[in-house]
Amino acid sequence: MSAVIQLKVAPQPSRYDFEDQLRRRGMDLPPLAVDTLQVNITKLCNQVCRHCHVDASPARTEMLSPEGVAKCLEILERHPQIRNLDLTGGAPELHPQFDEFVERAVALGRHVMVRHNLTVQLDGHPVTKASKEYLPAFFARNRVEVISSLPYYQAYFTDAQRGSGVFGKSMEAMKRLNAVGYGVEGSGLVLNLVYNPVGPYLPAPQAELEAAYRRELKDKFGLSFNGLYTMTNMPINRFKLHLDKSGQYEAYMDKLLAAFNPAAAAGVMCRSLVSVGHDGRIYDCDFNQMLDLRALGAGGKPLSIFDFDYDQVVKRAIRFDDHCLGCTAGAGSSCGGATA
Amino acid sequence: MSNYYESEDLKKFGAIGEHAKGLADDFFKYYGSVTGTDGALTKREKALIALAVSHAQKCPYCIDAYTTQCLETGANPEQMMEAVHVAAAMMAGITLVHSVQMQNHLKKLVL
Repeated sequence: MSAVIQLKVAPQPSRYDFEDQLRRRGMDLPPLAVDTLQVNITKLCNQVCRHCHVDASPARTEMLSPEGVAKCLEILERHPQIRNLDLTGGAPELHPQFDEFVERAVALGRHVMVRHNLTVQLDGHPVTKASKEYLPAFFARNRVEVISSLPYYQAYFTDAQRGSGVFGKSMEAMKRLNAVGYGVEGSGLVLNLVYNPVGPYLPAPQAELEAAYRRELKDKFGLSFNGLYTMTNMPINRFKLHLDKSGQYEAYMDKLLAAFNPAAAAGVMCRSLVSVGHDGRIYDCDFNQMLDLRALGAGGKPLSIFDFDYDQVVKRAIRFDDHCLGCTAGAGSSCGGATA
Repeated sequence: MSNYYESEDLKKFGAIGEHAKGLADDFFKYYGSVTGTDGALTKREKALIALAVSHAQKCPYCIDAYTTQCLETGANPEQMMEAVHVAAAMMAGITLVHSVQMQNHLKKLVL
């Protein structure tokens, strides 16, 4: 009879260990506050973008339950220090309670941001086929801040990332937003655009790109907007799959590591927001949510909206992993754009 | 190594400091100042010039590096392709203008 010897091999530390970068610089990144509740209310989307970290598509069915919506509103009501509600997805407008959620949060005096992909206005609901053409007027009535992805001011990059024909539809949707006052000076209705690279490279400087977008969109399409946020692609899910398949993962991670910027690290968004999943679980950010890295409270207990305790949330230790290098490279990256 | 111009070799650019560190340090400082900062020209304009030179000099390392640099400074494929056409037009012009020398010599040789 042969004896089988079980060898336990210690896992090798990652070359891209984010916390090691912090330790080397004597940095600690505790939460500062929770001023934004970012809620991923559905993974359903009318688009299938090649870089999507949510893996959203018309085939996804995950939705925040009515109890979850009610609990988020209760949290906002009980905690006035959480000033912002940031609704994302998928396409958040495809959630059956989207309109109600927005209206009730606005009634509570909260600033509501919607991550609006533009094309849903024209495509409508991919399952029920319900029209979403009312959205510009609805947004305007509730004075929602609209934040929309537009990877470039030309069709080539935009369609490569977001699908054939998306650029043309995005221009039409922006026209409809401009028509109700979004992005128009003096209206107070804010339309911010989001740029992210269409491959494994870092964004150009935010201010320069914003100026180019403003000039090109005005000259070629007669469109206007308020600000441009540059975001870096996170090496997770669909984008990581692309990096792996094309043999570019290590080169991209090396690029992010080489560009580590302590000033960008100090401004990472997980220090001032929490991300809520469709099941009510709380995460440090939308990326951790997609990796199922749950935010942990006292005693390592996973945090949830269903037993929300603000003190525990703000005293948690943020969970970092290799992908966090995406938020700290170069000028930094967050849901509000560059951080340094 | 089985081929010239291995793409992995681009990462070894710093190795030019071997046996001549001081000179390499001077070069990289100069190179960084010229290409890596905004000056009278923006970094984007410099990247487009460098992309054109990369093609004219047929350097695959530089073509890879400056294609990325063009994207990271906000250039688009139309601008990049136009920069390559500038290089191509210059190369064609440089070739053709030398025909003046050929014609001069031709005139000398023909009775």
